[in-house]
Order: sequence, then structure tokens, then C-alpha cells
Amino acid sequence: MKFTRTAPRTGATASGRGILTASLAGLALLLAACGSDSSNADTSTKAPTQGTDPVSLAAGSATGTPTADTAAPVAGGTLTFAVANDPISLNPSSTGSGNDTLYVTRQLFDSLTEQDPATGDVIPWLAKSFKASDDAKSFEFTLRPGVTFSDGTPLTAASVKATFDDINTAGAKAASAIVALAGYTETEVTGDLTFTVKFSEPNGSFLQATSAIALAPVAASTLAIPYDDRASGVGVVGTGPFTLDHYTKNNEVVLKKRTGYNWGPADRTNTGEAHLDQVVFKIVPESGVRTGSLESGQVQVIGGVAPQDISGLKDSGFGLVVRPNPGLTFGLTANVSRPIVGDLAVRQAIAHAVNATDVRDTALNEYFKVATSSLAANTPGWADQSALISFDPEKSKALLDAAGWVPGPDGIRAKDGVPLHLLTAYISNFGPNQTALELVQQELKDVGIDVELWTGTVPDLLAGQQEGKFDLIWGNSSRADGDVLRTTFSSVASNYYKIDDKELDAALIGQQSTADPAKRNAFLATAQKILVEKAYQVPVHELTTVLGTAKNVHGVVLGADSRLSQLTDASIG
Amino acid sequence: MGGYLARRLGQAVLVLWAAYTVSFLVLYALPGDAVDTRLGADSGSDITPEQIAALKSDYGLDRPLVIQYLTQLGRALGGDLGRSFDNGRPVTSLIAEGLPATLAIAGAALVISVLAGGGLALLAAGTRHRRLSRFLLNLPPLGVAVPGFWVGLLLLQQFSFRLPIFPALGNEGLRSIVLPAITLALPTSAMIAQLLAKSLSQSLAEPYADTARAKGASRSRVLLRHALRNATLPALTVAGLLTGQLLSGSVVVETVFSRTGLGRLTATAVSAQDTAVVQGLVIFGALVFVLVNLLVDLLYPVLDRRILRTTPRILITAEGRT
Repeated sequence: MKFTRTAPRTGATASGRGILTASLAGLALLLAACGSDSSNADTSTKAPTQGTDPVSLAAGSATGTPTADTAAPVAGGTLTFAVANDPISLNPSSTGSGNDTLYVTRQLFDSLTEQDPATGDVIPWLAKSFKASDDAKSFEFTLRPGVTFSDGTPLTAASVKATFDDINTAGAKAASAIVALAGYTETEVTGDLTFTVKFSEPNGSFLQATSAIALAPVAASTLAIPYDDRASGVGVVGTGPFTLDHYTKNNEVVLKKRTGYNWGPADRTNTGEAHLDQVVFKIVPESGVRTGSLESGQVQVIGGVAPQDISGLKDSGFGLVVRPNPGLTFGLTANVSRPIVGDLAVRQAIAHAVNATDVRDTALNEYFKVATSSLAANTPGWADQSALISFDPEKSKALLDAAGWVPGPDGIRAKDGVPLHLLTAYISNFGPNQTALELVQQELKDVGIDVELWTGTVPDLLAGQQEGKFDLIWGNSSRADGDVLRTTFSSVASNYYKIDDKELDAALIGQQSTADPAKRNAFLATAQKILVEKAYQVPVHELTTVLGTAKNVHGVVLGADSRLSQLTDASIG
Repeated sequence: MGGYLARRLGQAVLVLWAAYTVSFLVLYALPGDAVDTRLGADSGSDITPEQIAALKSDYGLDRPLVIQYLTQLGRALGGDLGRSFDNGRPVTSLIAEGLPATLAIAGAALVISVLAGGGLALLAAGTRHRRLSRFLLNLPPLGVAVPGFWVGLLLLQQFSFRLPIFPALGNEGLRSIVLPAITLALPTSAMIAQLLAKSLSQSLAEPYADTARAKGASRSRVLLRHALRNATLPALTVAGLLTGQLLSGSVVVETVFSRTGLGRLTATAVSAQDTAVVQGLVIFGALVFVLVNLLVDLLYPVLDRRILRTTPRILITAEGRT
């Protein structure tokens, strides 16, 4: 009897600790299971901005939706769309969970401008015209008349001013939006439908940023709700082609068509009401379950298709909507303040030792492009640097020899007793990262460079970056504007890589000092050339966004930022 | 009996406090905080250090650790577990919303575990075939060893994707409970089977079983009427562990089956370093354990009259020895 009496109590004490260990263990399993899953490899939840160029689109969505949509789209129906992450917040200016949040909020909110995926140009949307000053410090907009919020109130210049002021007050809470309003002084209302946005410093990428969801105008009733209470989306009102029916955390977001909508931008085939009656976003964390659900007809569209599932879906006749992501390509960036990679010769040796095509072929597939610059080819302002990029291990060895790095008995080079050992950090936000880096590790070893791989959580990575612990960091950042180079590499932003290069800084700050696309592109071309020449970043491959669609789904497209565009053209049947 | 109860309640409070404190320390020992995790992705951006500092101060993350701990503990004592950093909702209502869905699959899993685990143990103890018995006794370790997400994916593949019998996603309807409950029940069935089989074989070796057999009782009568009754008690002692297994199992199961519930809440809160929610869940888990174990202790006298006859004094001494 003693046994039975004592056992429960041991159970009780063990249990207190048990839950922690148990849930941590459960979690480890879960993370392991999902590690390869986050196909939204976008480190950046940074929303503002989008972009593209005609080349990529031709390569992109052509592969996509099956057969030309020649017949008139069928009206009505419910489209069920599986995404990986809970949106967390339906407030357009707050961060949410990244791409998946934006897939949902894009349907609810319109922007002042649209970035045309075919050209990368910023074109009118809620603003029928806009003009930047020469110093890129003030921007005049004229709104399109007759637009209303879904609560019935009209969109006016005052609505936009109130939205921008609200973001400015919210500060870092409006993380995705506040970065686009850096140096914001005020929005001056000059008429019912006209206003001027003013900055204390040049904001050359602002026009492009107005095409993002983060800066979408919201109704006055929304702004009356405290900022922290808007995440549920209840009472958060935009001018978009869909309205929120309900949002159940970790389960689904149901949207209803807004009748009377007729102010879509000109790059859409249908600028009026959506064909669909209803859109249901289902939150399905596991990528294998998303694929299986599409194949078994339980959902009609899936986001975040894992690279290894792409060809299988295609072979079974499902539609693919494919578009390379604009922005910073995946590659190795050196922390120049570290002793070894501070040396230009070592960085160049690394650049010539990496066989990017081989990495793409091994870790990925033909849907992913080999990088041709620090910017992906469909980013406005992209300048081809392929001439400067070459896989040439002999050149690497020669560079290292000349710099005094002598191979030791194990093949690893050393100089003055210091081994050529580089700590290289990555996070598992994109499944193939590990495979890609293991290959890079092998390639660098072939020329005598010893690479130690490190991985951890985002805060771990940031802490390590701040301490200056890593020599090389692997990653990307999706954004449809070349300004991503300034925020990543210039000494004026976060400056994690400690690059101290006056020429590069001048080009990066220069592109932000004007809103004239031609001038910006010239600055960006200079910056890209320096980045590759001085091997601050070794570009390896681009990221690609892939959606899978059922055979009878048409008109699902990705926007200039390679995120889901509004579903006004989508139809079933 | 009153003293015993008071002692148990005191222990319960201690367990809850320890769970709260340990989880607080663990969460704050991690690098960064919720703000860093949220803005981390925006690291290479124009957010100024001043803006980040303002946000941290707004959420009280810049105050000394001791102060943060004491304020939160104070509020928790008043039943206020704080708000989710992620979406600003009260932690208590997030837990209340997630609970029914988790209870549904955990309850179903418990029923399945008792039937499957109990059945397996009885069959193993009752069969005359030694090989069959040995085979059956080898199943539980396997049930504990296979990872839940893998079983879940296999079940989905077979019974949702290939044969459209059960839905792959969501919480709607009774049919959505079946596959998650089976997945969740696998390790717990194994635990029950293993424990019950062991105590059944012990009971069958007891003299009273020999007596019963000598009196001419059939094999099944000895097993079901005599041995099972006595063997159930030890199995009941692991109720707390089973509950723990069901709660932690829900993290994986709810993710694989795209269900809402406490498991999914845990997964998302941990990855966002949403400390208030994680702590709320730890407290909730500890509370469930304490209650289950208390309930089991109080149930013993009902199941075994002999415990009722023992005097409180002996109960307390027994207590002291553990």
C-alpha cells in the first residue's frame, strides 16, 4: 500500500518541473519539424516597399496560373487559401508575422500608390497623382475622388494625415510603417483631396513605400481605437475590396467581398468588385499538410510551397504562381571589423571560392536564380554585376598566398600562427540554408579556409552581431526597392557589418536623397559595383515565392514585392 | 484529514510559485526580449535606438529584473496574468479560448488511451500464448518512441489526403477530433499499457490470486475480478504524468493538424518570446497538475476501502516519509 500512497506525491512534484521540460521538449520537436518549413524565408518582416522588373515577371507568373484566362471569370464562390502563420495583427501598420499577415491585410487595405509588377513603376491608386520635390523632402498627393472606407466614411486628405500622424506617434510599435516615415515632420492638408507629406531629411524611397500596406490609409474610427487593441482587426477599417468577417487566432481569417468597390489600380484586369464572394485564409503551419490539403482538394491555394514540393505539384497538374523576390539576395556578408575578413584579399578569395551555380543546383532548383548582384534582378535599380563574379578557386588561392596565408598540414591556411577560421552565422528561416552553407563550407575548405557554421534564434543572431562575434553572416532581405542596400550596408542605419567605406556610403545615401528614379538607379549601380568589387557581400542566390493553386483557380497573382496581390482578379471555375 | 488537506494545499501553492519563478528566470535568461524578437527581423532598418527604447519602456522591459518579477507576481496573485505582447489581449482570455479545443482532443485521447492501453495490458496478461504476450509487451516502448508529428503526418496522409475520411485542418466538427486524438493518445496509451501490464503480472503472482484459482475461478475471472481491481490503483498514480503528456503533446498535435488550442498558443508564444503568455501557460499547466494529483489522492479511499480505515495519523506519517 505504501507504494500507492507515495507515488502520487512524487508525481506532483515531478510534474511541476515536468511541464516545463515536457513542453520544451515538445517545442524542440516542433521547431525541428517546422524548421525546414518556413518557406517565407523573408528575414525581413519589413513591409514598406515592393518592386520588380519585366524580365522576372515574364519568367515568373507565366509559369503560374494554368492556361490563359480567356473565358470570362466565374463570379461567386469561396476561395480557401492555406498560409503557414497566424497573422497575429490585422492592423496594417504593425508588424504581424510577416508575409502571411500581408497576404491577408492586402485584401483589406488599399494604398496611395501601386507598384506595377510588370514594370516596377509606381503608378496611381488611391492617389490619382503625386509629385516629389527635387530634394525628396516633400511629396504632394491628390486623392482620387469618390473612394469610401468600408464604414461608409469618405477617404479625404485628412484621413491620410491622421493615419501618418498615428504611425508617427506609435513609433516602433508600427515597426513596418515607421521606417518609411523616417524624418517625418508633418502632413499638410491643402484641400479636401490634396495634401503634402514633409520630411526633415531626404526620403527618396518614400513614393515606393506608399505602395506598401504599412502606409495604407485607415478610417478615423480605426484611429480612435488604442493602437495595442487593433490587432484583432475588429473595427480596423480600410478601403480595400474585401472586409473582415472574422478572425480566429491560429485558425482562420474570413473575408467578404465589398460590394461597390471600383477603385483598383490600373495594373489589374478587374479594377472593380472582386469576383469571389468570400476568401478564407486557413492557418496551416506544416508545409507538407498544406501541400496534401491542396492535392486532396481541401484548400484551393497554398502559400509557402517548400522548394522540394514545387516540381511534384507541377507534375500533378497544379498551378504554380512563381515570382522571384526583389531585394537583397542570399549571400555571405562580412563583418569588416573582424580581423581576418577586414582584409580585402581574404574577402575576394571567399568570393571566388564560392560556386553559386553549384549551390543553387544542390540546395535548390531551377525556380531559384543564381544571384547577379547584391540586389535581385527584379529589384528596381538592379545592375548586373555578373562580369565581376566568377568561380575561380585558383585565383582565391593566389590571393591568399599573396596575403601571406600559408596552407598548414591539414590544408587549412594560417598566418602568423592564426588559422584562417571563420565563424559563419545563419538562421533557419529558409529550409535550404543549411544545405547551401554546408556546400559553401566545403568549397571554402578546398582553398584552405576553415568555416565553422553557427545557427540560432533571431535574438541570438542579433546579440552575436552586436558583439561582433561572427565573421560572415548568411541571409537575405526582401524589399522591392534598392534602399534595402542603404539600410543593410550603410554606416547610418543599423551598421551591423561595420563597413567603413566613404564611396559606398555616398552612393547609398545619394540614392535616398532624390526621388528621381534615373538618378537613384545611377547611385544604386555604383553601390552594387562596390559591394561586389570589395566583396563586402558575396551574392549567391535569389529567393523565389511560390504559390500552389488548384486547377480551377484563376487570376491569383503576386505583387511587385512578390507577396500576394489583391484577389480582385481571382476566380474559381 | 483536515491537516492533510492543508498540507497538500500548501504544497500546491509552492509548486505554482516555483513554476512561475523558474519559468520567469528561464524566459529572462534567454537573449533578447519580445521587442528584439519582433523587431529583430527589421534589424537592418531605420528604426532608431530611441524608438526601440521607447517601446521597451512602454512595456516595462527596461525595469530591473526584480521589479519586473515582483510586479508581475503581484498581478498574477490577483488573477491578472498580463497581456499578450503580440496582440494586446489578456492572457487569461487567450487561455480560456484555447482550452475547449485542447480539452476536446485531450479528453478523447484519454478515453482512447484507457481503452487501448488497458486492453493491451489485459490481453498480454490474459493470453496463454507466451509469444503473443511478449509481442504485446514490446509495443508500449515503441508507442513512446515514435515522434508524434510523424505519426500525425502518416495518419493525415492515409485518412485525409488519400482517403478523404477526416478533415486535415481545423477545429470544426467531431470528425476533426479523431486523428489528432489518436496521435495524442499514442504515448499515453503506451504508458498505461506498460504500467498496467506490470502491476497485473505482479497481482497475478500474489497469494490471493492463487487462492482464487485454487477455489476454481476461471482465468478471466481471476484477471478481471481480482487482479485488475488491485492493479488499477498503481496505474492511477500516473494520472498527473498522463495529463502532462497530453498537454505537451498538444503542442505538436495541434500544429500538425492545424488546430487552435493551448498547444498552438504555446508554440506561437514561445517563438515570439511572448513571455506573459508563456508564463500564463506554465502556471495553467502547473495548476492542472496540482489539481489532478490532489483529485487522485482523494479518490484512493473511494477505490480502496482499506485506505479509508487507516487513521489520519498514519496518513500523515506516510506523508512525512516521502
